[in-house]
Amino acid sequence: MAFRRSVLGLVAASAALLAPVGAPAQTLKAVMHSDVKIVDPIWTTAYIVRNHGYMIYDTLFALDAKGEVKPQMVDTYTVSPDTLTYTFTLRDGLLWHDGKPVTAEDCVASIKRWAARDSLGQKLMTFVEGMSADDAKRFTVKLKSPTGLLLFGLAKPSSNVPFMMPKRVAETDPNQQISDFTGSGPFVMKTDEWKPGDRIVYTKFKDYKPRPEPASGLAGGKVVKLDRVEWLAISDQQQAVNALLAGEIDLIEQPAYDLIPLLKGDDGVKLVDYNPLGFQYAMRPNHLIKPFDNPKVRQAMTYALNQTDFLQAVVGDPDYYKPCKALFVCGSPLATDKGMDGLLESNFAKSKQLLKEAGYDGTPIVLLQSTDLQTLTNLGPVAKQLLEKGGFKVDMQSSDWQTVVSRRARKDPVDKGGWNLMNTSWVSADILNPVMSSFMNMSCDKAPFGWPCDAEMEKLRDDFAREVDPGKQKAIAEAVQVRWREVVPYIPLGQFYIPIAARKNITGILTAAAPVFWNVEKKK
Amino acid sequence: MAGYVLRRLLAAIPVLAIVAVLVFLMLRLTPGDPAAVIAGDNASSEQIALVRRTLGLDQSLPAQFAIWAGNLLHGNLGESFFFKKSIGELILGRIEPTLSLAAATMLIAVCVAIPLGVVAAYRHGSWLDRIVMGVSVLGFSVPVFVIGYLLIYVFSITLGWFPVQGYQPLADGLGGYLHRLVLPATTLSVVYIALIARMTRASVLEVLNEDYIRTARAKGQVERKILFRHALKNAAVPIVTVVGIGIALLIGGVVVTESVFAIPGLGRLTVDAVLARDYPTIQALILMFSGVYVLINLLIDLTYSLFDPRIRH
Repeated sequence: MAFRRSVLGLVAASAALLAPVGAPAQTLKAVMHSDVKIVDPIWTTAYIVRNHGYMIYDTLFALDAKGEVKPQMVDTYTVSPDTLTYTFTLRDGLLWHDGKPVTAEDCVASIKRWAARDSLGQKLMTFVEGMSADDAKRFTVKLKSPTGLLLFGLAKPSSNVPFMMPKRVAETDPNQQISDFTGSGPFVMKTDEWKPGDRIVYTKFKDYKPRPEPASGLAGGKVVKLDRVEWLAISDQQQAVNALLAGEIDLIEQPAYDLIPLLKGDDGVKLVDYNPLGFQYAMRPNHLIKPFDNPKVRQAMTYALNQTDFLQAVVGDPDYYKPCKALFVCGSPLATDKGMDGLLESNFAKSKQLLKEAGYDGTPIVLLQSTDLQTLTNLGPVAKQLLEKGGFKVDMQSSDWQTVVSRRARKDPVDKGGWNLMNTSWVSADILNPVMSSFMNMSCDKAPFGWPCDAEMEKLRDDFAREVDPGKQKAIAEAVQVRWREVVPYIPLGQFYIPIAARKNITGILTAAAPVFWNVEKKK
Repeated sequence: MAGYVLRRLLAAIPVLAIVAVLVFLMLRLTPGDPAAVIAGDNASSEQIALVRRTLGLDQSLPAQFAIWAGNLLHGNLGESFFFKKSIGELILGRIEPTLSLAAATMLIAVCVAIPLGVVAAYRHGSWLDRIVMGVSVLGFSVPVFVIGYLLIYVFSITLGWFPVQGYQPLADGLGGYLHRLVLPATTLSVVYIALIARMTRASVLEVLNEDYIRTARAKGQVERKILFRHALKNAAVPIVTVVGIGIALLIGGVVVTESVFAIPGLGRLTVDAVLARDYPTIQALILMFSGVYVLINLLIDLTYSLFDPRIRH
């Protein structure tokens, strides 16, 4: 009898021990595209840090679902008749996570730090004469000459986003990372629970005051319907999908394409196309060294390549890709096909002809291929095959992405570790106009890796920055695209989309340029 | 004994110093630039150069080594380039999952493999022996991630008995801790069960042919006692060696299992650090793993005398 009691007791104790630990109500567990290791969204352009920024920080302006600039932290703003003075008034009730009020001084300091790091911010600052806080809630920006960049810049949706930080934080050297993660956004970062390589945790900021308008894109009322959000670092995509199917997690930001059929076949899971502009692939030549220092050789590539081959090789499912020749993204206000006729159609004869005219001597071009990023790996072999058909000789050199990142920063000749060609991808929201688009920057040494150089293109980009009329901006964007055909700073390889995979009880995922968690609800 | 331990510990110092130099040089000679990784996609050459300067990577290799070695001698492992946390803190945060996984794996492996090996040796040549050895070969041959996915499919997705992924610290409850440890530990233990079972079988088989076993049988000793008291104890030295080396391997090399089961241990920290070219973290981890090897080898040597009193230190 005593033995039986002991056994029963042991079984009961084991059952109690093995009972799942209860999670707080309305906790959403998500697997994002990467782990959060750096938490300064001004210091780095990494998209995962941008997403983190949207959790804990707020912005002065934001783009709504139609791509229009809307006030966010700003209540009202006025523009002087000469369009040189902008005065912004902050909304009532804005608080930092430590309970202190958001002030105009905080915003001025935040804009300065952002502008020191961000390429659009740097361009914007060439127009700014000065910024000052008029009182606790009002600040003024004075311009040297009119520009359409100010409001758009403050609403910039993707990296680097001009997030507002307390003045004491924003005064951190822009080249150093911040160590104080106080924001005024709808969620609070739980620094005590942040374990890089494991998880980052956010809780609802109870004192956040959303705008009264309904949420739209990154604008409108940021109403938080979750108590807690956990981003779990699951590096194995198959495991992330298994966890979603088993209901252990609620959402995967970027499921792998080859696992999407598995998700489509499960009744408990749905796929949400949250980012209508998607992403774009791009091929970047190194303009500093032969043969791509010759524009004719770069033009030859625009004839040899076609986008569909790349998109089929990487994405596969036509539901999630679209050939798109528009440099400023198909579906955006500046989308145009102008100047693109006959290009990106794999006209190998024309490519060979241009190479002959350019005097290309058949020296192999070094193509950097990343082997560990599923969304990039297959671009390399397709590029090699198409370029070789177009008359190039290609030496594809494979390595992990971080080695590609390190190597592409080198200006050396290829025999000393340099490179000729590499592939990457952009969030489309990063390339919506000629000034934002980093690869359109042709300011020689000041341009990003590849270092293209063209004074005419720079003049067009400056013209765009000065223009405030949307119609005239579009005309300049078309002129940029026509000039692009001549100088070919990079080659777009097509537009693609990655849906969010979520359990069916997750609702309210917003259509926006970045995945955000306000408005999201976890139903029982 | 104490003198022996001291001599062995002192002998470890040059080993660790050589490891430190080699790791430092190999990392610097490997392609990749942490500054470019940290600066991000849109960084200009100037920004990358600035990050390089901030990290001290613009200094000469001897200067960089001197700074690192100096800090190390003061017990300071440095700060991670990427995580911006002290490396000591990072390692401490990751050590519990790895140690737990290693301990659970070895516990399962020893409890299953040793009886199997002993029985296989005792029934040498029988169908039982052949099955045990056949399964051992299979255990060796199937990659750990395949076993992991199979177990997950059966026990997590189909039966729903165990979670698919994740780790729960012991402090958050013993039940959840054990519940989340079962599948990864079982997955990892398969290869060690195979290894230890084969080693046990071979050692016990050799001992069973010794004269003193025949003497024990002649004296009428029961077979169970002969097997476990006489044979196994005398066959223990190679088994302990395999178990010890297994523990050392588990502490430094469970990368795949930690990745498959999303366990935030030292293996994943190592991979993250390597991918990010986080030099100080990689250096500290490799040095720590080397230290663990040295210590475990010492412990293995010390345990020999427990099983074989003829071995004296």
